[in-house]
Amino acid sequence: MAGSRGRGRSQFSFSVDALGFGRGDSLPSSAHTPSPLYPPMQFRPVPLHTGEEVDYMLALKQELRASSKNLPFHIQAARTKTDVARYSDKYQNGETKNNCIEWSPDWSRMPKELCIKVRKPRKTVIGAKPQLTRKPKVAAGKEEALQKLEKREEEQHSEEEEDEEKKKQNEEEPDADEDYDEEELEDETDYIMSYFDNGEDFGADSEDNMDEAVY
Amino acid sequence: MTAQEVRLCGLLLQEHFGNVVEKVGTHLIRSGVLNLRALAHETKLPLDLVKKSLCVLVQHGMCTFGAGRRGPAGPVEYRINCEHVFHMLRYPRYIYTAKSLYGDTGELIVEEILQRGQMTMSSTVKTVADRLTHNMPEGQSMDYSEVVSVFSQLVETHFLQRCPPLASAGSSSSGAVDTPLPVATQPTEPENHPDCYKLPYINLTGQLLQSKHSSHTKKLFSGQPLCGDDGIYWQVNFQRFHLHFRDQAIISAVSCKLDQSSSEIVRTMLRMSEVTTPAHAAFTQALSANEIFRALLSSYNIARPILDQYLSLLVDDPMEFVGKTGDSGGGMYVVNLHRALANLARATLESVVQERFGSRSARIFRLLLRKRHLEQKQVEDFAMIPAKEAKDMLYKLLSENLVQLQEIPKTPDYAPSRTFYLYTVNQLPTARLLLQNCYKTVGNLIERRLYETKENKRLLEKSQRIEAILASLQATGAEAAQLTEVEEMITVPERQQLESLRHHINKLDSSENQVDETIFLLKSYINSTQASH
Repeated sequence: MAGSRGRGRSQFSFSVDALGFGRGDSLPSSAHTPSPLYPPMQFRPVPLHTGEEVDYMLALKQELRASSKNLPFHIQAARTKTDVARYSDKYQNGETKNNCIEWSPDWSRMPKELCIKVRKPRKTVIGAKPQLTRKPKVAAGKEEALQKLEKREEEQHSEEEEDEEKKKQNEEEPDADEDYDEEELEDETDYIMSYFDNGEDFGADSEDNMDEAVY
Repeated sequence: MTAQEVRLCGLLLQEHFGNVVEKVGTHLIRSGVLNLRALAHETKLPLDLVKKSLCVLVQHGMCTFGAGRRGPAGPVEYRINCEHVFHMLRYPRYIYTAKSLYGDTGELIVEEILQRGQMTMSSTVKTVADRLTHNMPEGQSMDYSEVVSVFSQLVETHFLQRCPPLASAGSSSSGAVDTPLPVATQPTEPENHPDCYKLPYINLTGQLLQSKHSSHTKKLFSGQPLCGDDGIYWQVNFQRFHLHFRDQAIISAVSCKLDQSSSEIVRTMLRMSEVTTPAHAAFTQALSANEIFRALLSSYNIARPILDQYLSLLVDDPMEFVGKTGDSGGGMYVVNLHRALANLARATLESVVQERFGSRSARIFRLLLRKRHLEQKQVEDFAMIPAKEAKDMLYKLLSENLVQLQEIPKTPDYAPSRTFYLYTVNQLPTARLLLQNCYKTVGNLIERRLYETKENKRLLEKSQRIEAILASLQATGAEAAQLTEVEEMITVPERQQLESLRHHINKLDSSENQVDETIFLLKSYINSTQASH
């Protein structure tokens, strides 16, 4: 839109006062740096809505987020073991494998090419259990199983072992009674599952174990 | 798909389904349509993982598949439905609505179906009865028939619908799934299916017995003889929920603008035309004042002449929520849906400008919305703002793209001295711009939340461990001394840090929910303008 300079003399194509500053004033300072990433706000934002409805939806959102991590739809790539193959691998079946799917979709509604082997886990059931949303109840289930374990084994668990137990209990939590024997005696061995714990997960998460007492 | 939309889709998929599905999903969104082999090759993921991800996405209705470009003989092609992914942001709102309409049972039904994508009626009923029974005191249990009745109510009011069967040329099944074709084709629109809302006959045995562990229910679930509704899957009817939200927005706008009684009248009118009005209609079916009077609940206590006065008030209101289309039956009235949505969107835009740039800029913005095109001088005069400040504000709005400049030349060469420069605001493009801003905002909120969680991961894990230990100790009946000892394992500054972290995350989550409301409003407005074309 390069307008032609007006015919003849030095006529500017726009009137000077339309620019916003007078003749003699200095030009507005040019920018030397890109505009800041977080420019200061002129006005503070309005506070969020509050109320029972808002709180309930917030709680719902957080619960949904937490429970969706436990559903079989949450897909994780199988960890590739770069180590030597170990004997205890045979008894560690908590890992997901790439070639099985953890839930059983209705294959007639999906294209044939997506068909993949449905995993039949030894301990857990086909199809996901709905996540119980009440925490105390979940803890109650864990505690009962823990109680029984403690009585039977009569040894002090380390914190990490407790966690692993809890994780495993979580997976099979409703089956705690029936599958309890399965868990102890696995495939004609006389050892419980924690015997085959090869310590890979010990201290894997946090580096400083100083502030956690080891029993 | 804009960059912001793709980013938001990726974040939502990652949150709910993990990194693998996110990778597959984002790549598929960017590429449009792909077949399985190409997808696996381009994402460099193992084929099995890609298959699993696609299964998850298809199950949740976010991915559709069909015969590709090479026709039925070629490979199946997949496509992601972005709108469906965005619905994940609104799940809490759907569940809360179900709760407010149908109580806890309704809430759990909708929650189950949302989390699983599609479910059969029998499995939904069983799972929900399970959960309700667990939360009841000892000895009581939830009867299947109650859950079934709530389910039927949800279907009758169209909040749940059958998943459409896979289409095959010219088949008209009664709702059961057809035998799969060599290449399964695109499912048809659910609404086109005649049995969309027909309940199947199921026969669920007896009542769930309360048991300490849910091993009992596990046995019911697996290896269960057919309940008679195999192959009939139900999904949430998002469109119906959206219509409900739209109605709620209109009613609350009326109650803000006028008063409670007029909002009740509009609520009655909308309720009466729920089933008769098609989804994309510009206005509801005409209702006579007599009908409205009969349908008004007696608790509102509105007499007939008062009703007439309210109706004429609503019609005269500049927001044009209600229009009069005739005089028979005491006056025929309609609710102007599209116009109401446009007004609500306009109010949103004005409020955004006001909060970001101040009330005087908002005055200029409103002026331009009403008067369409104005020169700079006219803006200063009409808005009654001194010239220099008006100029400043206009340029700021212009730089933010909320206001556009229209040039009208007087001469064929666009000489600046002989051209009119008019400022204007176009509502629809501005609404689209704001919508993209909203998507970016939600993306930023999610990323910030992930960042906060990651920064404090160690602390969060520690607190979870402590809680678990506390719970187990409490169950085994430890004394208070032991409990306090365990509690003290978290130091006071750590506790404060945890508290502030929780506060931040709550705030971020709450903001997401609130931005989603704006997204819904703007999207409804944009869709309404498209539908009328």
